[in-house]
Amino acid sequence: MKPIELVTQALELIAALATAPLFLGWVNRCRAWLQNRRAPSLWLPYRGIRKLFHKDAVIAENASPIFRAAPYIVFGAMLVAAGIIPSMGTRLPFTAAADAIALVGLLAVARVFLSLAAMDIGTAFGTLGARREMMVGFLAEPALLMVIFVASLISATTALPAITENLATQALGLYPSLAFTAVAFTLVMLAENARIPIDNPATHLELTMIHEAMVLEYSARHLALMEWAAALKLFNYACIGFALFVPWGVSTGSGGPLALAASIPLLAVKLTVAGAGLALIETLSAKLRVFRAPEFLATAFLFAVLGLLVHLLLGG
Amino acid sequence: MPSFDSSLSACLALLALWGLIGLAGLLRPSSLRLVGRTLFPLGALCGVALAIVAAMALARPPEEAVLPLGLPDLPMHVRRDALSSLFLFLLGTASAGISVFAAGYFRRGHGTSAGLMCLQYHLFLASMGFVLLANDAYTFMVAWETMALSSYFLVTTEHGIAEIRRAGFLYLLIAHVGAIGILLSFGVLQGGSWQFTFEAMRHAHLAPPWAAVAFLLALLGFGTKAGLVPLHVWLPEAHPAAPSPVSALMSGVMLKTAIYGVLRVAFDLLGTPQWWWGLVPLAVGLFSAVYGVVFAAVQTDMKRLLAWSSIENVGIIFAGIGLAIVFNGVGMQSLGALALIAALYHSLNHALMKSLLFLGTGAVLHSTGERNLGRLGGLIHRMPWVAWLTLVGALAMSGLPPLNGFVSEWLLLQSFLFAQDVPRTFVSMMLPLGAAVVALATALAAYVMVKFFGVIFLGQPRESGLARARDAGVLERLGLIWLAGGCVALGLLPAQVIRSLRVVVQQLNGAVLPNVAAPWWLLVPLPGGRASYSAPVFLVALAGIVVLSAFAVRLVYHRRARRAAPWDCGFGRLNARMQDTAEGFGQPIRYIFGTLLAVKRELPSPFDQSPRYRVVVGDRLWQSLYVPLGALVQRVADAVAWLQHGRIATYLLYSFVTLIALLALML
Repeated sequence: MKPIELVTQALELIAALATAPLFLGWVNRCRAWLQNRRAPSLWLPYRGIRKLFHKDAVIAENASPIFRAAPYIVFGAMLVAAGIIPSMGTRLPFTAAADAIALVGLLAVARVFLSLAAMDIGTAFGTLGARREMMVGFLAEPALLMVIFVASLISATTALPAITENLATQALGLYPSLAFTAVAFTLVMLAENARIPIDNPATHLELTMIHEAMVLEYSARHLALMEWAAALKLFNYACIGFALFVPWGVSTGSGGPLALAASIPLLAVKLTVAGAGLALIETLSAKLRVFRAPEFLATAFLFAVLGLLVHLLLGG
Repeated sequence: MPSFDSSLSACLALLALWGLIGLAGLLRPSSLRLVGRTLFPLGALCGVALAIVAAMALARPPEEAVLPLGLPDLPMHVRRDALSSLFLFLLGTASAGISVFAAGYFRRGHGTSAGLMCLQYHLFLASMGFVLLANDAYTFMVAWETMALSSYFLVTTEHGIAEIRRAGFLYLLIAHVGAIGILLSFGVLQGGSWQFTFEAMRHAHLAPPWAAVAFLLALLGFGTKAGLVPLHVWLPEAHPAAPSPVSALMSGVMLKTAIYGVLRVAFDLLGTPQWWWGLVPLAVGLFSAVYGVVFAAVQTDMKRLLAWSSIENVGIIFAGIGLAIVFNGVGMQSLGALALIAALYHSLNHALMKSLLFLGTGAVLHSTGERNLGRLGGLIHRMPWVAWLTLVGALAMSGLPPLNGFVSEWLLLQSFLFAQDVPRTFVSMMLPLGAAVVALATALAAYVMVKFFGVIFLGQPRESGLARARDAGVLERLGLIWLAGGCVALGLLPAQVIRSLRVVVQQLNGAVLPNVAAPWWLLVPLPGGRASYSAPVFLVALAGIVVLSAFAVRLVYHRRARRAAPWDCGFGRLNARMQDTAEGFGQPIRYIFGTLLAVKRELPSPFDQSPRYRVVVGDRLWQSLYVPLGALVQRVADAVAWLQHGRIATYLLYSFVTLIALLALML
């Protein structure tokens, strides 16, 4: 393992950990602007997390160890996922141990534990949220996998850095298949991160909530970890999108420390644009009824499959 | 006496020992002490020994023997090669855990006396072993039928219940339809030589259409046993009806004998399969996978849920086999090896995790007397051992890394990704779509497992009686630990397992995966840096970050926590009936996959004094396929009923006429 590889790996983890709440804050700020509200501070998510860490945890009487362990597992899974996604450099030593399929599996680990924790207390909202989360998950996961498969078929590998490297170093070719999968990916990202039109991150007690329903029982440090994990998840999804669809500017094979340093501001630019885009989509669309969510996700799945077919028909 | 090689004779001796243990149960049929404390643990030791012998024999050259048993001119041929060794290993490993569990499980008297059950159980085990060792069609069919009959009697252990008798009958009926398919397949395979040893079949040169017929008949026969849709109807009835250790054996091990049979016929007896044959198991397997998991998601009976999930897993295994046949047929042997390894790996995985889950339900059933998910809940507090060990199985079944379910899923997805290189245009385009179906089935499996585990073990107890539930005994725990340990080991050491599977693949496929130089902890199935996965590193990274974050939070902040009542949203005291039910958890699936299911709903009217909501999910295939078929059989039977008078003179006349007709035909 070369030093630069370790540096890249560490940089990615630290960047994800540190800037994920900022990205969330940026999305919230853009949303507020677009909705003619006074925008909250960019640092509000950090303050929220800090405040929660200082509080005393209140745990339901019948909570099992799964309930107490889940925040750590969900948070850990999201952080490990951040180590797989090449957001700045493609030389990530850890990705030999976990490819894109393992990344999807890791997201599934987080989802399953979140749902189990939600069912643990046995409240109406918790189980309802778990059921809906799993419903969204089982439709979104294959769609995400298909999105990744199209990219791996183009690059003949399932290792995420190799995919990014391949897509980034090729001449600016246009892959019609990737256009379809980009649409599918956007839909999956909205659904998986509890954004409008599937879920509303701004609500806190509503019959249609999904993510908030699951974390309703959490407080203090557990809630802080859950929120941080949610921010990390959004950040990760954005980075998966960059890795597959706008891979340019990532420090690849031969790049030295300078290339790595140059990729940092570029990632910031990408995140800024993506956050604004996300806020725009959320502002422009209305929340769907929960019953309509399967159709929304089936559309995503079909778009991804369409992308696959287009790839196989046109060969790239 | 023919000369025996060491491992084959050891296997035969162990199978015979199982038979003896079974017979010993008849010495004192009503003594639970003898059966539970002595015979079942002995049987488990036999299983461990069988697993060890089979594992050591895996890489050895095949051994054959002729047993001087059976009919005068029909000695029994037995053969142990890599394929049978692998499945013997599976049988030994899974049955060891199940037998230990069973030793503690059969506490009270069931319908059948303990001694008789011990005989049936061990006969079942031994016959499965003989199926794997048989080297001629007679031995195979005798063992196969013994397996079917002994399991039939085990299914109907509680024969006092009409539903169980009905399930047993359905099982017996369909098992025999399947046996006919296998018999006919052997009939075609002998290819005019009228030699029914497998050796003769290997050398019989069948014309391609006949080979296809033999393959499809074998697929029909073994697919019936494996529970492929639409031949699956008996499985969700029979598997849950049996006592839990038997359900575990049937789902975990017996289904694998069908996998073994298909592999034996397709890759060994038929020699070189045509590429398009593979499309049949592939398509049927993928359909079964989705069909099975959708039905699993809407079940309210925990054992039925697991039985449907077995259909899903068998479907995935068959998809892998089909893909391997396609790859082989077009000359892409090393990819065929990859798909085959995925199928074999998943067979091993499923044997362990499904047995584990079935035993978990057995422990719950024993301690609560309840199979209905709607009356369970919160058992993690009362039965922590069972809950945590079942959680391992549930997570493995959901295909989550770093457990074993993920490895086989990963391998299968990898082989699907290569399918675009198949030099058949249309097929190569359709095959990668199979990956989409596998992904959907796996994601749905996670849904099913969250429902299964969450509703049984988490939340609040839905009935007051659950407060008296007690954790499993020592022997039961031991069985669960054995199987859960197997799941973890298969998950963490994929590179080692695949190295052992190479011999089997070499035998079946002719070619193996190219050797890739990789450290012991890294799984690199194919050269060229296409994909790699390392479960140990993955686990260390995940566990490391989880532990680190937990410590960091405690060090930097504090660990103050207090217990309080769950938050009731200001509504008042919550009660257990406000939780989601199993029906509720299945509701999105009923909504999304409504076309597959035959849902009957009874909604109360607003004026009902005692409103009842009832929903029954039926199998649409049962209604559209089996019910008309049954009616047809009944009509035919009615039509020829006049032949039967019950008068002997008439029957003699029939025989006489038949004889005359045959003589006329012959002369």
